[in-house]
Amino acid sequence: MRSSAMRDMMEITARPEVISLAGGLPDTSTFPPEAFAAEMHRIEKTAVAEVLQYGPTEGSMLVREQIVEVMAAENTRVDAMDVTVTTGGQQAIDLITKVLIDPGDVIICDAPTYPGAIPTFCSYEADVRQIEMDSDGMRIDLLEETIEALEAEGRRPKFIYSIPTFQNPGGVTLSLERRRRLVEIAREKEILVIEDNPYGLLRFEGEPLPTLYSLDGGNYVVYLGTFSKILSAGLRIGWLVTPTPIREKVVLGKQAADLCTSTLTQDFAGHFFQSGRWREYVDELTAIYRTRRDTMISAMSEYFPHGATWNKPAGGLFIWATMPDVLSSEDLLAKSLSKNVAFVPGPNAYVDGRGVSSMRLNFSGVKEDEIIEGIRRIGQVAREQLKLYETMTSTDEMKLPPRSPEDPS
Amino acid sequence: MKVALLQGGRSLERGVSLRSGQRVTEALLDLGHEVDVLDLGPDLVNRLESNRPDVAFIALHGTEGEDGTVQALLELLDVPYTGPGVAACERCMDKSLAKYILRERGLPTPDWVTYSEAAIRDFGAASTFGAAVKRIGLPLVAKPASQGSSLGVKVVTELEQIPNALITALSYDDRALLESWVSGRELAVSVLGDEALPVVEAIPTESNAYDFEARYEIGGASFECPADLPENQADEVERVALAAYEALGCSGFARVDLILAEDGPQVLEVNAIPGLTETSLLPQAAEAAGMDFDAMVQKILDLALET
Repeated sequence: MRSSAMRDMMEITARPEVISLAGGLPDTSTFPPEAFAAEMHRIEKTAVAEVLQYGPTEGSMLVREQIVEVMAAENTRVDAMDVTVTTGGQQAIDLITKVLIDPGDVIICDAPTYPGAIPTFCSYEADVRQIEMDSDGMRIDLLEETIEALEAEGRRPKFIYSIPTFQNPGGVTLSLERRRRLVEIAREKEILVIEDNPYGLLRFEGEPLPTLYSLDGGNYVVYLGTFSKILSAGLRIGWLVTPTPIREKVVLGKQAADLCTSTLTQDFAGHFFQSGRWREYVDELTAIYRTRRDTMISAMSEYFPHGATWNKPAGGLFIWATMPDVLSSEDLLAKSLSKNVAFVPGPNAYVDGRGVSSMRLNFSGVKEDEIIEGIRRIGQVAREQLKLYETMTSTDEMKLPPRSPEDPS
Repeated sequence: MKVALLQGGRSLERGVSLRSGQRVTEALLDLGHEVDVLDLGPDLVNRLESNRPDVAFIALHGTEGEDGTVQALLELLDVPYTGPGVAACERCMDKSLAKYILRERGLPTPDWVTYSEAAIRDFGAASTFGAAVKRIGLPLVAKPASQGSSLGVKVVTELEQIPNALITALSYDDRALLESWVSGRELAVSVLGDEALPVVEAIPTESNAYDFEARYEIGGASFECPADLPENQADEVERVALAAYEALGCSGFARVDLILAEDGPQVLEVNAIPGLTETSLLPQAAEAAGMDFDAMVQKILDLALET
């Protein structure tokens, strides 16, 4: 199956009858309407003309200061002047790629990586190299090998893009030791690391690890953040923290792209964060997502076929599951869609077609009963396909040694 | 005229359908018609009954829209509609049935075998894969019996690949075809009314020239219209395409996909409702015949009201 056909297929997930485990949606249903109304009321009384106007390209000072606070909650100290507000985290990825990448430049990233980053990297014609992960995140030994192999060709990567905490789609977290080593490599080799951290505050258990930015002090690490997963994806507010020379280019790039992020939504978010209520809200979300993760994992244990594997992420929004290797996640998706369930097939997270038997499952945006039903249907389809495959391959004829295609007789 | 434009639905080709629908809507509005856009859903019949359109323009692709389901409903509601009728849709949508009919009419189509999931699951049909391969040869193409686009299509070069290819094809339908791979030039003939439009050729892009599956990939080919064919060959292709269109009972429009093999054209399939986006093959062929998109849409409407 091909990507354009795949994209078409995913159109169905927007239908109301489909249980979509494909998105990366935060649950916005518990945001208190009275808090929303209070912000709107305040705007009505004091800020109508202002929020209907253009704002600074870098973002409003209030939001930049609040971003400093949010990052401090992960023990990461930044200066508000180094923050550029973007229209969602996706624009942050786009801008940093636009500013740094010329066609043919190498980007190194996790394997699998955020499916939404791939089209961005490809649209700037980057040469993307993906580094396998294990349960401790990106394999730094393989990263070093890759950098050395590139050096031998006289090339060096422009940047290393990674989601070190509750990785999308892998769900894994880069260990402290590897974080330290990654930052060291960045310094030794003078390679930028783009740390994308949308989910760090959504931790279900265990102790938080330092961000790459805090370990590095902002010399070789560019930090990408977003309010999408801790407040609202609809407000479209993300940010970049960059060293000054890069920031200037980013601001020029953003000016060209959209002049400024919505003044109205910045005002809303800035005041909401300033009120301090966000901490409580994030705690509530984390509790909801923890329950949903547990629900999904227990449903997988019950319904997925023998031989399927998955991880238990300590935070974030996603579980990465792998079916027995005779199954293809794209086939499975086609059949699952006919039963009104969707997920993201593994190859969407790779540039080279890997991940055939894997899938990304989202647990944050779907209620518990639908998670169970969705997983049950996927499991049923997988079992049926496995059974059919076994039936076909257990005949005497199919056990014969392979014939050459030139001699069909 | 009051036109109900039917689009979307929950077929796997929903995306293309929405693009077809949007383009056709623009044309209908340009032509001065009143358009009610309906995304296929539980309210379909109610909305058709309350709006009482003069005609329904069907911009649906894939199951439900292209297989006669919606057409049968429209007949019950006495609403004229564009494109082929119920029976023709059913025949075209079922590639196996369509090929049987073509063969019975003496029209050339690559040899094939059809397997149902039930036959494999319950009756040990897998033991016949060797015999099937012996008959139709390798390489062969495994495809679902009822999908329109390239979805679920795999090329098989050795017997051992059949189980995997069939799992893929059977993910899209409960029956699948193993069809002989015929090499040759890939052609499409769109038929509008009773007339064959100029032949379109799909030319695989150079990097994909030797990749079998590229043939089925959107963007894996560039299109030339009219195809660069000697006149007698173009006539022969059009004759076969029209004969296939008639054999399956099509009316209004349809697109016939063929391979021009060494010994002449072979029909692969007939699409009852081909794509209607700006870059789709039917509009391209109409353009080559001197008919712009709006004129083509009006012609399709006129044909619907004639029958």
